[in-house]
Amino acid sequence: MSIVEVDKVSKHYGTVAALENVSLSFADGEFFGLLGPSGSGKTTLLRSIAGFVEPDQGDIRIDGAPVRDTPVHRRDIGMVFQNYALFPHLSVFDNVAFGLSVRGAPRREIAAQVAAMLDLVRLGGLQERRPRELSGGQQQRVALARALITRPRVLLLDEPLGALDKRLRQEMQIELKQIQREVGITTVFVTHDQEEALTLSDRIAIFNEGRVVQVGQPNEVYERPATAFAAAFLGDANFFTGRAGSPNGTGSLGAGAPRRVLLADGDAILTTSPLPADGEPVRLAVRPEKFEIYRSGAGPAAGDAMNRLSGRVLQAIYSGSSITYKVDVRGQEVTVFEQNRSAQPFPPGEAVDLVWAPRHSVPVEP
Amino acid sequence: MKGLLKSLVSGYLALVLVFLYLPIAVMMVMAFNQSPLYRLPVVWDTVWFEELAGNERLLGASLNSVVLALINAVIATALGTMAALAFARYQFRGKTLLQILLFPPITIPWLIIGTSMLILFFWTGIGRGLHAMLLGHVALSLPYVIVVVGARLKSFGVTLEEAAATLGASPWQVFWRVSAPVMGPGIVAAALFAFAVSFDQFVISYFLAPPGISTLPVEIYSAIRKGFTPEINAISTIIILVSMGLMLLFARFSRFGGER
Repeated sequence: MSIVEVDKVSKHYGTVAALENVSLSFADGEFFGLLGPSGSGKTTLLRSIAGFVEPDQGDIRIDGAPVRDTPVHRRDIGMVFQNYALFPHLSVFDNVAFGLSVRGAPRREIAAQVAAMLDLVRLGGLQERRPRELSGGQQQRVALARALITRPRVLLLDEPLGALDKRLRQEMQIELKQIQREVGITTVFVTHDQEEALTLSDRIAIFNEGRVVQVGQPNEVYERPATAFAAAFLGDANFFTGRAGSPNGTGSLGAGAPRRVLLADGDAILTTSPLPADGEPVRLAVRPEKFEIYRSGAGPAAGDAMNRLSGRVLQAIYSGSSITYKVDVRGQEVTVFEQNRSAQPFPPGEAVDLVWAPRHSVPVEP
Repeated sequence: MKGLLKSLVSGYLALVLVFLYLPIAVMMVMAFNQSPLYRLPVVWDTVWFEELAGNERLLGASLNSVVLALINAVIATALGTMAALAFARYQFRGKTLLQILLFPPITIPWLIIGTSMLILFFWTGIGRGLHAMLLGHVALSLPYVIVVVGARLKSFGVTLEEAAATLGASPWQVFWRVSAPVMGPGIVAAALFAFAVSFDQFVISYFLAPPGISTLPVEIYSAIRKGFTPEINAISTIIILVSMGLMLLFARFSRFGGER
């Protein structure tokens, strides 16, 4: 299998930067997700690796060798397209066999390999069908089998599950990951579905406006978003702005103890993350599920160990296993996501306190 | 109320069919009627087909028409397919303008196009003759080919070709293993269309035909002017059957493989 390096790649369309100085490295056998809104450059990068897009600047290397001058059909890649792009005039067998057939493989070998590949994607017995006679999930598997049969160095997936309905998508996610592990192929996939990215990827890169905003393992990126965009795009986030304050005055603080971010009106939020120098502006992100919500005055006391802010419930959205609250905190609407453990949700108008641990206040770049 | 509406609709449909097909049916019946003066009742006979077999002018014109239509179909389909591919797959300066310019030839009356061609061909020394007719017919059928093939290309997009390339197919293999089979039905349909446009063409052929050479529509026209003979009915019957056959082929091919 293979290592893919993207080295300072830029691509402009007119004055629009589709990719701006993007550098990424995909490890051998890694399942790597490119996540971002549409037009953020993730698809352009995938198509650059495939060879459909020629970067203006920078290099893409597969196993150390630049592929700039290698045309698509010699790059030895496999690709699954958003709408599968199965050949409508060929049977399932001939679709899967295509890559071997254009390489001039002997017929007997083709038959054996296609049969093995169709077994891998659990499509045995459908060889003679035409693509239009298959369900969406089956078409998806044919596309995957077709892409894998040549044992490519890299597998590229362009929104591979985007055309499936939600349940099937979840099933296919698990299956896709299993197959990828089994084959052990370096895989780069593009998605705008954050949950899919978190579920499938070993690592994720978040794209915005042609740039890579953050790279990391799913939990790193989710728990420690680097920018406000990353925080808001991958999941929900509440933002609090203030200024870095001196270590709080209780005198009990040593190295590594929480520091304070002073909000405009004298309240403060504690964070364990490094902060800029005192007085500098700071933006903190807090995920909705990190809050605990208590009736005003109840619950653990504020102090070095806990943040506590008072507010008033604006709205309680009940959805069975969970409740989403909109809480007015000092004039700001804060979203709180609570597992449904209490018998009675707080009604709108109720005075509540939000409590959370300092490590969940994450400073982000604006 | 519903029953009334239904019978009105059925009646309307029947009327449309009668107006469309009654003249054709009458002509086909009269082709087999022995009487040259359309006397009824019909006395069934193939005398007019026998007469036709001896009419060298009419048969020669028919041969001209068929050959012209065939060559026209080949040239117009080849050029038109290339143009449709260029429109569908590439971005280039003036593309939109060119696409807009495709359609006026379909809407400008043939009489005017024929006149302008006659003037141009006379002026440039191309003159009249089968070669000039061929030029005119190709120019006329190109837009139809581009539209028909273009519609087919649009329906499958560029991703099939991209997918083939990622699987290791060279551009040549992509064309023969994917583009051609997928475009095939559209190309066949376009060729039939181009054949029909040329075969039906009267005005341009009439203007560009030198004395002594004519095509079937032109010959039928001059025959009618001289005095109508039922041989015209006979050849018309043959043409109707052939073009209906072509149309059925067209319908079959334009749908064939169209599902995805």
